[in-house]
Amino acid sequence: MSTPTLTRQVFDIMDLNLWYGDHHALKNINFPINKKEVTAIIGPSGCGKSTFIKTLNLMINMVPKVKMTGEINFNEKNILDEKIDLVELRKNVGMVFQKGNPFPQSIYDNVAYGPRVHGITKKKHLDELVIKALMDVALWEEVKDRLTAPALGLSGGQQQRLCIARALATKPDVLLMDEPTSALDPISTLKIEELILELKEKYTIVIVTHNMQQASRVSDKTAFFLMGELIELDSTSTIFSNPKDSRTEGYITGRFG
Amino acid sequence: MQICIYPIMTYFRGVWCIMEKIIPAKERLTKSSKNRMDGELRGKILVILCAVIMISATISITIFLGTKGLQSFIKNGVSLIEFLTSTHWNPTNQASPEYGALPFIFGSFAVTFLAALIAAPLGIGAAIFMTEIAPSWGRKILQPVVELLVGIPSVVYGFIGLTVLVPFVRAHVGGLGFSLLSGMIVLSVMILPTITSIATDAMGTLPKNLREGSYALGATRWQTIRKVLIPAALPGLLTAVVLGMARAFGEALAVQMVIGNVRNLPSSILDASATLTTIITLNMGHTTYGSVENNTLWSMGLILLVMSFAFILLIRYLSSRRKL
Ligand SMILES: Nc1ncnc2c1ncn2[C@@H]1O[C@H](COP(=O)(O)OP(=O)(O)O)[C@@H](O)[C@H]1O
Ligand SMILES: [Mg+2]
Repeated sequence: MSTPTLTRQVFDIMDLNLWYGDHHALKNINFPINKKEVTAIIGPSGCGKSTFIKTLNLMINMVPKVKMTGEINFNEKNILDEKIDLVELRKNVGMVFQKGNPFPQSIYDNVAYGPRVHGITKKKHLDELVIKALMDVALWEEVKDRLTAPALGLSGGQQQRLCIARALATKPDVLLMDEPTSALDPISTLKIEELILELKEKYTIVIVTHNMQQASRVSDKTAFFLMGELIELDSTSTIFSNPKDSRTEGYITGRFG
Repeated sequence: MQICIYPIMTYFRGVWCIMEKIIPAKERLTKSSKNRMDGELRGKILVILCAVIMISATISITIFLGTKGLQSFIKNGVSLIEFLTSTHWNPTNQASPEYGALPFIFGSFAVTFLAALIAAPLGIGAAIFMTEIAPSWGRKILQPVVELLVGIPSVVYGFIGLTVLVPFVRAHVGGLGFSLLSGMIVLSVMILPTITSIATDAMGTLPKNLREGSYALGATRWQTIRKVLIPAALPGLLTAVVLGMARAFGEALAVQMVIGNVRNLPSSILDASATLTTIITLNMGHTTYGSVENNTLWSMGLILLVMSFAFILLIRYLSSRRKL
């Protein structure tokens, strides 16, 4: 387990297997995730991308009858261990979903939700965190005059950026994104992509995408999944220009999926 | 003119097949659409008729109740102020009859709010249990319970209240047993299923991604329920409570059997009391149509109607505030 490169790794997944009941959805996944890199996960639908990304913050535990074996080491600690503190894990590993899902509350309360849940009550401290998070997602200028307005009044793209801000407000190390732009128009998509490139200065990002251009634009590493298996994981340029596995090549050249 | 030999109610598809063989396309278009129009028209008239009947029934009841209910004030010269504010109800006193309905108005509001006070937390709690805590087996057990409670007729609730609850209150709490307390307990059981089932809908139809969003931020189940789900479902939950209250306000039979039906303003929850509905049902039989007393009963009916409009408006307002 203690290889010299370990310090660069936030996550180190070893021999991960996952079953939904009898359905073997992830098969022997070995997957190191490096600090402050963007890792893109691509693959045809149903190949296990969402399943995989949901194991990283154990959101997968919300699905009944899931069984896992192997190790998911987060900062050198196996989170599949019984004793793991879910609250602490999810505070450090934020997640953004396919469709923006702001709470039906004010913009401010949405961003302050995470910090409040983790026990921060001082107005001044909350204000700081909220402003910082909104600035990080380049939403501050757009909403600073209406922080008390309902978050559901924002446009789709703004809602998604708000959800990113909400995740950032708990000061996570890692940000998981499951097809964060698939419900957005091209301009909002572009904004989120620019945002990802900025955020990777500070955060480790794992993004699931079915858009291969997006993967090539934003990511450092790309992982190709097929039918529950991790077929290939390499630098994005290698995956897109010179993949080792013929199935990867088939997928990126559009022969299937 | 193939169509003519078919009876009026011909099934269009049958016509269509035959026409296709014989009539040229251009004609076919006009013929078939004419025939279809007839069907459209018949259907339309039928449903318009249903709507008209319903609307006119409602309007006639409202007008009737309005005129009857106002007669005691306009024709019989009962003072509206006295009716609404006096606590003395003595319409049979020949020398100086008194028409103060405040004790009954108060009684109606008191049992309604007290019943809601018990049933709202229970019903909403049960709804949360069914949707959030134990969606599989919790629902399987509670759903039939709720349906059963709805199905029990109110006379049975009253009967049980009379035989079990009233003696129990008399023996263990105090007073005669016939009391506001007994009325509110019986009513709260009666409105519990209404509140539970509507609150369950309100919670159950919340988008799944709200829960995900909250859990993914590290919130616990209670934090998620308290800070995200309940606020999001609030308009629906309030609607549930208001509907329950509307039912409680209008319920007569079961309340009448346990509340004691006295004409005094109750001074404690253990005192016997009366509500608008119980006074109407008790007195409508032995007052003559057109008499002052009979007319004041209609006035009470009018108050019930006005209140139910108020409840409807409140529910409308609440559901317009539903954001999701
Ligand atoms: N909650 C679940 N229960 C059972 N099977 C599931 C569940 N979620 C996903 N699956 C199955 O696991 C496989 C991977 O799904 P998923 O991770 O959602 O794929 P992707 O995100 O790559 O489209 C699919 O075959 C899917 O049918
Ligand atoms: Mg998916």
